[in-house]
Amino acid sequence: MARGSNRASDGPRVGVGRIFAAFLLIGATSFGGGAIAYLRNTLVVKHRWVDDETFLELLAIGQTLPGLKATNVAVLAGDRLRGVSGAIAAMAGVCLPGAVLMYIVGVVYRAERERPLLEAALEGVAAAAVGLILATTLKLGRTSFSRIDDVAFILLTVVCVNRLLIPVPYVLIGVGALAVAWYGSAAAKWRTVP
Amino acid sequence: MNELPSLARVFTWLSLLTVGGGMAAYPELKAQTVDVHGWLTLQQLDYLYGVGQAAPGPNMMMIVSIGVLTAGFAGALIVLLAFFGPTALLACVVGRLWTRLEGRPWTVAVQRALLPVSIGLLLAGCFTFAKGAVTGWMTSVIAATVFVILLRTTINPAFLVLAGALIGIVAFGRG
Repeated sequence: MARGSNRASDGPRVGVGRIFAAFLLIGATSFGGGAIAYLRNTLVVKHRWVDDETFLELLAIGQTLPGLKATNVAVLAGDRLRGVSGAIAAMAGVCLPGAVLMYIVGVVYRAERERPLLEAALEGVAAAAVGLILATTLKLGRTSFSRIDDVAFILLTVVCVNRLLIPVPYVLIGVGALAVAWYGSAAAKWRTVP
Repeated sequence: MNELPSLARVFTWLSLLTVGGGMAAYPELKAQTVDVHGWLTLQQLDYLYGVGQAAPGPNMMMIVSIGVLTAGFAGALIVLLAFFGPTALLACVVGRLWTRLEGRPWTVAVQRALLPVSIGLLLAGCFTFAKGAVTGWMTSVIAATVFVILLRTTINPAFLVLAGALIGIVAFGRG
């Protein structure tokens, strides 16, 4: 199909206000790290601003680039819907509710001093968050855990960061380059390129 | 003691490391904010990160709290712009060039390579985070319980984070 039809230049022109409102709703309701599901529901199902194929394409771009997946997809979708102003509106909308909330948290946390109950609650929150992020990561990596070369690169990365205490940027570039070389040559060997 | 330039530099740098998710940058976030600049303690960082998991939207909004703690409203604004501005610009540019990039051998190789490397970085971030947040048997039980529940059910994780707060008050509150 014509993939180019969703490019920024000739995509649907949706009003900036509507884009902002839609992403503000996502930003305010997507609790628990499932922002991608909310994004798909809003963009593909509810408003039909993009089709499923385009959404998967935006997701693929969003998770290849640095930056959070959710905000990257918001920017990409906003750009296709209304150019740069759409991208800014989408980004602002999706970030605003969480940012305001965490701003208030920061102000409260800075203001108070003696607060044994708050500290106790936060100790429980942080512990719960450990379980949450570990479960999220395992779900995200489910397909990788059954492939021996994937597991090798995962372990190598973890050992470099947690055991050898090599800073993340070096690990990202070093192990990343190794992995690109490995999968690049593997793809060249096994793929039948049309 | 104007911390704004440092905040801008650190959070732009961190945003470039969030490959696969915010957690990938956590070890560097800890190194920069706690060890290098001393903007907050490891315990405060873990607490704020935990609270951030209960906030709606993209899951790294807790950086705003770090900005507030360090330099008030201006700090929050700078952190937000530094963390999301450059990566948003990059996404915009690459998004427009994508039809020319996708399917090329090196694009395919990079995409494929980033899958395991980003999972590895996320896991490493989890372990770094756990080191500060899991401090005894009670916190271990809370973390393990949430983990198992989330793998077996589709409950909204925000509820579990709130439950963690209540359990924390009961278990650790001596007020």
